[in-house]
Amino acid sequence: VAHAPHYFDRSLTTRRMMLDVLIALLPVIGMSLWVFGPRVLFQIALSVAGCLAAEALFTSLRKRRPALNDLSAAVTGVILALSFPSSVPVHVNLIACFAAIGLGKIVFGGLGQNIFNPAMVGRAFVMIAFPAALGASAYIQQGSEIAAISQATPLSAAKQMGNAAALWPLFIGNVNGSLGETSALACLLGGLYLCLRRTASFEIPVGILGAVIVLGGIQNLVHPDTSFTLLHHLFAGSLLFGTFFIATDPVTSPLTPLGKILFGAGIGILVMVIRVFSGYPEGVMFAVLLMNAAAPLLNRWTIPKPVGGPVPGKQQ
Amino acid sequence: MTAMTENGKKTFPRGIHPPEGKEASRNAPVEVLPEPDSLVIPLVQHIGAPCEPAVSPRQKVSAGDLLGRSEKFVSAPVHAPLPGTAGLPISTTLPNGRHVAAIPLKVEKGSKRGEEIWNTLVSSDWPVSGLEERDPESIRKDVLDGGLVGQGGASFPTHVKFVRNEKKPVRVLLVNGCECEPCLTADDRLMRETPGAIVSGALLAARASGAQEIKIVVERNKPEAIEKLRHACRETPVTVVPVETKYPMGGERQLIPAVLGQSVPTGGLPLDIGVVVVNVASAASVALAVLKKTPLTHRVVSVSGRGIRESKNLFVPVGIPLSTLVEFCGGLTENAARVIAGGPMMGFTPGSLECPVTKGTSGFVVLTRDEASAIDESACVRCGRCVDVCPLHLVPTKIAIAARFQNWEVARAHHLAACCECGCCAYTCPAGIPLVQLIRTGKARMPRE
Repeated sequence: VAHAPHYFDRSLTTRRMMLDVLIALLPVIGMSLWVFGPRVLFQIALSVAGCLAAEALFTSLRKRRPALNDLSAAVTGVILALSFPSSVPVHVNLIACFAAIGLGKIVFGGLGQNIFNPAMVGRAFVMIAFPAALGASAYIQQGSEIAAISQATPLSAAKQMGNAAALWPLFIGNVNGSLGETSALACLLGGLYLCLRRTASFEIPVGILGAVIVLGGIQNLVHPDTSFTLLHHLFAGSLLFGTFFIATDPVTSPLTPLGKILFGAGIGILVMVIRVFSGYPEGVMFAVLLMNAAAPLLNRWTIPKPVGGPVPGKQQ
Repeated sequence: MTAMTENGKKTFPRGIHPPEGKEASRNAPVEVLPEPDSLVIPLVQHIGAPCEPAVSPRQKVSAGDLLGRSEKFVSAPVHAPLPGTAGLPISTTLPNGRHVAAIPLKVEKGSKRGEEIWNTLVSSDWPVSGLEERDPESIRKDVLDGGLVGQGGASFPTHVKFVRNEKKPVRVLLVNGCECEPCLTADDRLMRETPGAIVSGALLAARASGAQEIKIVVERNKPEAIEKLRHACRETPVTVVPVETKYPMGGERQLIPAVLGQSVPTGGLPLDIGVVVVNVASAASVALAVLKKTPLTHRVVSVSGRGIRESKNLFVPVGIPLSTLVEFCGGLTENAARVIAGGPMMGFTPGSLECPVTKGTSGFVVLTRDEASAIDESACVRCGRCVDVCPLHLVPTKIAIAARFQNWEVARAHHLAACCECGCCAYTCPAGIPLVQLIRTGKARMPRE
């Protein structure tokens, strides 16, 4: 005897949502290829292979059937690859994959159970373990034939020398940085697609960008002579990449509409605090990880009031 | 048709738009089912106390004679749909899986009772004036004696809704013609073919309950019904309100906010905010019971879905087995896989094709193998789509998973008991989690406070 409902929306599956993320990443990958050259493809392939292998290995260790075809490990792989500089060594990349899937996901019980975004766990792991391979200097390769990577990343340049990059290259993406983050345009295109498909909840980007605009605006007003303006804050670094592709990971963000807005605002605030007051040039990774930890709390604080009010007779 | 837009867009927040599936039967006029050889008439066809048999075995009964009744207040008597000979009470299984006592009836052929009632319903001489002078208590008594129950699915005894309560005066009567379940067209056909009876019944129901305002609410995907009803109520205080086509518009807790902008308190009734809701079929039955003293023994049933050869709307006696209806509709197709009593969103799968039609059965939908195959369940990725569609603004995944692990504290904090089981969440869930099933099981197992 089957239970109601007997109709399902078959166009909507977890796999399809993951596929949406991969589709949305296409413009980002395209821009990355244009800026950094064919090595990008090698790094993405390596990360995806590493993540799939890690997923298969760790799920078998737990004596579960690996669910590689749900594409979630592939998404982690692509996002991880795109968060690295073009110079990242192969072994660092692979270690990040195993840390991402193993420590970020499987130890919590696999898909849907993890508290922290797996790609960010992997990246944080290798950033601490191999500071030289991922620090600001790793982004700069003097004398490379690729113009972008012979200079400092826009955020490092601003931090160390107070130089602000020109806005148009920042928007288009022809600047140095992690593979996926340089083009604001590509991130906006992919993000728009995700939000329209409702694969990413629009509330999270609204929260993040809202907070950055408010705080960046205040900073601009306090220091009217600065050359690093609000638009630089929005277009430089991994803010837009993180906003649309990392913070919107459904598993590690809250469920309720209000919770999502607060979650986004928290990330935006932390990004600005880290950028302006800390020693790091960029703070998206740490901001996302910190707010991931707050997501269960936000869920509990923002239980919506049912239509018609709460169930009567509750002893609370 | 300009009046269609006069009220703006009446709707409720969230909800879903499943495929409507009404094309197959919406233009099939109601046919009166040929007289069957026998019926099995359940003694419980409503929410409330079961009836005791009022006939002895081998007793001859005429059409409309009492078969069972109860002294309890929340109950409704059961009548013989056709003349014949009553048998020894037996046990039968309702579409919802409940085992109940039933009286078998060997039908005496040749009475034409079904045609008589249907012709009365479609006739154009239903009165629309003078009804407001009738005694409310006598209307209520006729409704009770006629065995009326809500015909939209929940089968709540109708006379209970008409009891006047001085502390909670009724302002508005909503006549529910939304029929938001996919595939069902019984109410649509009834509104198009018997609008006069519905309007008369609505006026009587308003008089009985004390309502001053009477609104017949119809989803916009039934323009013919809206037009026919508007024509039928043009010299009356009754208005027809078109609302957005959206599931679950026909649920009381969605319908009332959509039309009146007020929500029903959780755990309360529409009566708490001065509203009574009756289904259009119930309104027509009120007219029959009060003005023609004809009890509720027949109803319109849609038989539809891709798994049935010919989709039809039939006027049938209660107690007729599903198998007879399937046979009359040309039988099942080769790839038919599942029969649902009610609609595909909230209907039940009966245990056998012998299950009888009751007063609350609005249709049977037959799904094919492709339609019935479930999505494999995977882990919740907390995408929040269930939250985005829940018409009551709950967090279904939290409730369902708390119920699965019997974590009653969390289930209660997320308002488990408020869920109306409409199925929007499970329809939408990308991980194929049986959210409604888990929540319903949780409601039954949660310890009382």
